[in-house]
Amino acid sequence: MSRRPFKQEPSKTGWWLKHPRYIRYMMREISAAFIGCYVLLLIVGLLRLSQGESAYNEFVAAAGGPAGFIFALITMLFAVYHTYTWFQVTPKAMPLVLAGKPVPGAAIVAAHWFGFFVASAALWLLGS
Amino acid sequence: MSERTIELEILRYDPEQDDAPHLQTYTVPYHEDWVVLDAINYVKDELDRTLSYRWSCHMAVCGSCGMVINGEPTLSCHAFLRDYPDRIRIEPLQNFPIERDLVVVMDDFIDKLGSVKPYIVAKEEKAVDDGEYLQTPAELARFKSFTACINCLLCYSACPQYALNEAFVGPAALALAHRYNLDSRDAGRSVREDVVASNPGIWECSFVGACSEVCPKSVDPAAAIQQVKIASTGDYFLDFLMPWKQK
Repeated sequence: MSRRPFKQEPSKTGWWLKHPRYIRYMMREISAAFIGCYVLLLIVGLLRLSQGESAYNEFVAAAGGPAGFIFALITMLFAVYHTYTWFQVTPKAMPLVLAGKPVPGAAIVAAHWFGFFVASAALWLLGS
Repeated sequence: MSERTIELEILRYDPEQDDAPHLQTYTVPYHEDWVVLDAINYVKDELDRTLSYRWSCHMAVCGSCGMVINGEPTLSCHAFLRDYPDRIRIEPLQNFPIERDLVVVMDDFIDKLGSVKPYIVAKEEKAVDDGEYLQTPAELARFKSFTACINCLLCYSACPQYALNEAFVGPAALALAHRYNLDSRDAGRSVREDVVASNPGIWECSFVGACSEVCPKSVDPAAAIQQVKIASTGDYFLDFLMPWKQK
């Protein structure tokens, strides 16, 4: 009897298409690319602002066009998805014990969403 | 009386004859109360005695009968036929070499498990006459969920990180390391750190979370690894700010 184990080789590129959970993971990861591009766009906006009013207005007009709108929409959807997945995992990474009792995961997630809406409202008020 | 039957497509590999695994289909009777393992046992007992697979307890305790059933790493004793279509594909656990049929070589996991010292490393060994190492229920509660691991390897089969990088220590071993690090009777955290807090340790994990989704004992290895990441980051900054302080 001879041993001759067969090595199972995973697909280096297509593995993430094999199960919905892997696709969800890749969507979460790729969301960073869109958010990163959006941050670059904001930096360009700041640069144009420093160049004067007409330069900034040109930037706003360009970014507000159909392509800019679609990009902003996709980025927002990814940002919401990323936020959702991030908040969902917080009870795993940071389990809390208060007065000797574990805090339910749903409460930790809810606290994060509360903080998110408070921060968003504060920014909205500052900007308006 | 015509009996309802189902078809099992089982991945076969005979190292003495085959160059690569292939599927073989068996028709077995359907029983409402049968699990996939019962159907495989029927194949072994009645149809094909050459089929190789591991099993023991038939009650999700021993962790031997892990297989990939219709694409999902599952304990075959924990998978009722009634929850599946009439054609079920059964493959060995992914990410491990196939020894024969549904039996995989698990040496890599056993080595990694040993490397994290999954046992209590006491601060000072006590003589038996000095009594037990005592622990309060609250101290036990900190790590109890991580003690349920049965080393069934479903998490390794589901982990794409382990699939792509064999050096990764992996979910179960890291969860068990965390279990002992959290134990009030243990003083081995710094001993485990070389393996656990290294790149092939926790930092190779990108939190896909598949390990926790497939775990039959709700151990949640993904949670354990993220908690170790946070603790380890704290250690790093503490070392940086207070190098004189010994852990």
